[in-house]
Amino acid sequence: MSQTSTDPRHFRAPPKRQLRLSWADERVRAIVWQVVIVGIVAGVIWWLVRNTQHNLEVRRIATGFGFLQREAGLPIGEHLIEYTPASTYFRALSVGVLNTLKVALIGIVLATILGTLVGIARLSKNWLLAKIAAVYVEVIRDIPLLLQLLFWYTMLQGLPAPRQAMNPVTGVFLSNRGLRLPFLDWQVAHSWALLAFVAGLFGTWLTARALRRKQMADGKPRPLWPAALGLIIGLPLVVWLAGGAPTAVDWPALRGFNFQGGFTISPEYFALLIGLTTYTAGFIAEIVRAGILSVSQGQWEAAQALGLRPGVVLRQVVLPQALRVIVPPMTSQYLNLTKNSSLAVAIGYQDIVSIANTTLNQTGQAIEGIAIIMAVYLTISLSISFSMNWYNNRIALVER
Amino acid sequence: MSMQPLRRVMSGLKGGLLGALAVTVVGALPAAAQAPAAGSAATLDAIKARGTLVCGVNTGLAGFAQPNSQGVWQGFDVEYCRAIAAAIFNDPNKVRYVPTTAQSRFTALQSGEIDLLARNTTWTLSRDTSLGLDFTGVNFFDGQGFMVKTSTGVKTAKELNGATICVQPGTTTEQNLTDWARANNVQFTPVVIERLEELVGAYAAGRCDAYTTDVSGLAATRSSQPNPAEHTILPDVISKEPLGPLVRHGDQRYADLVRWVHYALVASEELGITQANVAQMAANDTRPEVQRMLGKNGGLGQMLGVSNEWVVNVIKATGNYGEIFARHLQPIGIQRGPNALWTTPGGQQYAMPFR
Amino acid sequence: MSDISLGTSVAGIPEAAPRQPPALTTGPVAWVRANLFSSWLNTALTLVLAYFIVRYAIGFVDWAFVNAIWSVPNNQTQACRALKASATPGACWAVVTEKHRFILFGTYPYEEHWRPALVCVLFTALYIVSGMRRFWRKELALVWIATLVVIGILMWGGILGLSYVPQERWGGLPITLILATFGLAFAFPLSILVALGRRSSMPAVRVLCVAYVELIRGVPLISLLFMASVMFPLFLPEGINIDKLLRAQVAITLFAGAYLAEVVRGGLQALPKGQYEAADALGLSYWYKTGFIILPQALRLVIPPLVNTFIGFFKDTSLVLIIGIFDLLTAGKTAVVEPAWQGFGVEVYLAISVIYFCYCFAMSRYSQNLEAELNRHRGR
Repeated sequence: MSQTSTDPRHFRAPPKRQLRLSWADERVRAIVWQVVIVGIVAGVIWWLVRNTQHNLEVRRIATGFGFLQREAGLPIGEHLIEYTPASTYFRALSVGVLNTLKVALIGIVLATILGTLVGIARLSKNWLLAKIAAVYVEVIRDIPLLLQLLFWYTMLQGLPAPRQAMNPVTGVFLSNRGLRLPFLDWQVAHSWALLAFVAGLFGTWLTARALRRKQMADGKPRPLWPAALGLIIGLPLVVWLAGGAPTAVDWPALRGFNFQGGFTISPEYFALLIGLTTYTAGFIAEIVRAGILSVSQGQWEAAQALGLRPGVVLRQVVLPQALRVIVPPMTSQYLNLTKNSSLAVAIGYQDIVSIANTTLNQTGQAIEGIAIIMAVYLTISLSISFSMNWYNNRIALVER
Repeated sequence: MSMQPLRRVMSGLKGGLLGALAVTVVGALPAAAQAPAAGSAATLDAIKARGTLVCGVNTGLAGFAQPNSQGVWQGFDVEYCRAIAAAIFNDPNKVRYVPTTAQSRFTALQSGEIDLLARNTTWTLSRDTSLGLDFTGVNFFDGQGFMVKTSTGVKTAKELNGATICVQPGTTTEQNLTDWARANNVQFTPVVIERLEELVGAYAAGRCDAYTTDVSGLAATRSSQPNPAEHTILPDVISKEPLGPLVRHGDQRYADLVRWVHYALVASEELGITQANVAQMAANDTRPEVQRMLGKNGGLGQMLGVSNEWVVNVIKATGNYGEIFARHLQPIGIQRGPNALWTTPGGQQYAMPFR
Repeated sequence: MSDISLGTSVAGIPEAAPRQPPALTTGPVAWVRANLFSSWLNTALTLVLAYFIVRYAIGFVDWAFVNAIWSVPNNQTQACRALKASATPGACWAVVTEKHRFILFGTYPYEEHWRPALVCVLFTALYIVSGMRRFWRKELALVWIATLVVIGILMWGGILGLSYVPQERWGGLPITLILATFGLAFAFPLSILVALGRRSSMPAVRVLCVAYVELIRGVPLISLLFMASVMFPLFLPEGINIDKLLRAQVAITLFAGAYLAEVVRGGLQALPKGQYEAADALGLSYWYKTGFIILPQALRLVIPPLVNTFIGFFKDTSLVLIIGIFDLLTAGKTAVVEPAWQGFGVEVYLAISVIYFCYCFAMSRYSQNLEAELNRHRGR
């Protein structure tokens, strides 16, 4: 029954015991218990499923995912892929998934940056800065996120109308319709340049690995920057020039009711992003602070005694040790941020929950709608877990 | 290390759990006991046995259903709940109000959590047939329209091309809007917010150029703005929105009662029976129809399974249709329009004969 | 005899330059110098921050206190609206003054408001008493049972001359406290079982527990609440239904159970293996070993993270807004639906934030102190 007694290491020569059909034999007990527990769980599930089938029949609710191919007819304000109300429910839900990813990924990056800054600020020698950071962390963590989101959304609506939009920099407009930025008039050449940029990043990474291997061999440091410059800046530039060097920029301009052209960040998205970022940053700050404090003062002193420069101390000595403490709780914060993005439904950002919700409302197919929401979040959560675990294993202390 | 404090923690926690369990068992009993049979033919008996009507209402819509500062539910839909409770119990306060959201409203009625859904719900074919629910009548004729800020200078809905429009998701409103936009080749950017107060807030703050919902809702919103003259309701009405109370399909006797309470309210207005004069009319009025309605003769109440004085009780509690309308909807700027009695031009409210 | 005369020697040494006394290392001046003006960079930072603090603090004080309107007669909000549009905007706390009872107690019968008020006080007192280590003994269990029964009686009524109040009319702060407290109270035993199951040697049990924990932790609470709101009624046999609050409570309990199970598992794992082996060596059965050796120690380790998890649930109960249950936040939002009060959401949000903050801040401070106290023996 108990964990340790069946651990093979505890028996010197595990005697092959006969399985006796007796309550005194703990293996028999274990089997009986498992059969009973699984039986109960299966029974409850069977009962629920039977009830559900009966209820669906009585209420004449159709089941199945056939509705995904029907025309959705619901308007969506922000979409990363082509969408019209004539598109199918499947397309609408895909738009929702992409919207969720858009806010979660950018939120994770921003929250990490802000959280790290606040965490370091809390350890600052400047009393005022440390106190401000402490108050920020305490206040932001003790108020429900939903309340904060509603607050931010209300605040953003207080911005001026498009005609009186704030115009801090030429081409940038901030109004209650969101933030409008000038953006490149997207051509094929831009896509190719972007591709080249990604390829350049990958190439730089390969080069860095090769250089490090060489350094390990002969101990001589080699500079990475010439290769990096060539690959990351040069390659996309060449591709862009080869594509005809299009330079047209789409400037936002006030036409009719609103600004046309350029790139928009809607108030809903902005409020959600600010809310998620500031809230999660409060938690990340504490994690970062704990991580830095976990590296003992002796490590700093020892590294300085070796004559390492402060930047190198931080990068090569302190950070690798702090990261070991930081990464596992950080993973759960990333997961929390992603799951919290579902609160978008309260302030009208059309993420997967909002669109699936409308879908189940229009089609009456509650079970399918909720199953879709859960499946999407489980997939995202597991992906984040896996990638963070992979990273954690890489940086984990290798004990010999 | 002493184990004593640990034991204390353990036993403290255990005790807390037991207490919580006890309270919840006690709590769950009334909850389970009040469960009526969904879809069966005994809703009215279940309501009588329970002693209260459970009424599903909006979570908060000015004029229709909304709790006041004292937490008392008020509004047009709420009066219907009160009227039916008065017909059954001769006490309009024997109602429990369950606030329902746009998604939970139908499930709540299907599952028997509520006896009646009085929550401005549009009567459509698919809702009538595929939800296992029945509409009992139209207590409010409505249509979808647009409201814009007067300063935009927009005069008709078709000028809204390129506009940002605020709309509540998961409603017929949303589908009507997209249908209309496609038919008229109007491009628009939607802002969809589930909670009404949030949505109206967004429109008022200028997040949207136009706000679309039923005209009654627009009027209510307009009148609640600090300066109503700054907002214009466009003349275009892009859909029919007949709103009415719903009951579960399959219990005709109860559905009849709900239907005839509505007719009683309308007929009372036709016949001039008001909250103030109902007692006196019940005693003195000699018109045969009035005598039948107010229970002097005919035994109409018994046919519905309630007391013969049911109409007297209803009108005493809520007043007639016109009085309810005047009390809750006219103050927020909704005119009678199509909801006037059929005897006035343009009016559509019509009661079946009490005979 | 030395021929060096003192006089010449003294004359030969140059006069010592007049030196400053060493900088103070104690006292307010030294503190300010060390913590605010230790370097040019620090000084600049301090000045910039101080400028912003002073500027925004004055703006906030002006808005919240100096220009604010605290009450208006008879729902006449014109003064508030004029103030909002004026050059010196101020808060309209009149909305909170007028609606505070609705925000706190929702649609509970107005003349009976003392009952939910007493319930809130009782809950708070229960938290405080449970938090004091001096009361950690068997009698606390009785206190809990007694208090929860009293709370039930107060909320429902129907006996002792109290009028019956159906659950649909409850609202505001008591709902938030009920959801959080009962959610934790039920989730806790569940979580212990799941945590033990996850470390069990029985593969079927382990798989079930892992599936439950990972499934729940992988999805947002909103999806569970939606499930409670639209799917639970489909799960039950025809004719039986449980009310909305109980359904939401079930969803929150299931959600809390998965998170607490991970907290408890952390405690089980942190326990030295020797404890398990010693218990086995004594020949204790599984339940004896778990109940008397393992859990008492493991749970002690996890009390601080447990309190932190509780803070999380306390905040998360606000999500029931989305399925239309009248908790504190929903009541606050509904309070500003009334036409006269539309547009004063910020004031209401701030008032509600203060309530949430008081509870959460007290709990997080308590958890930090407890952690320090419980870890004190480790320092030695």
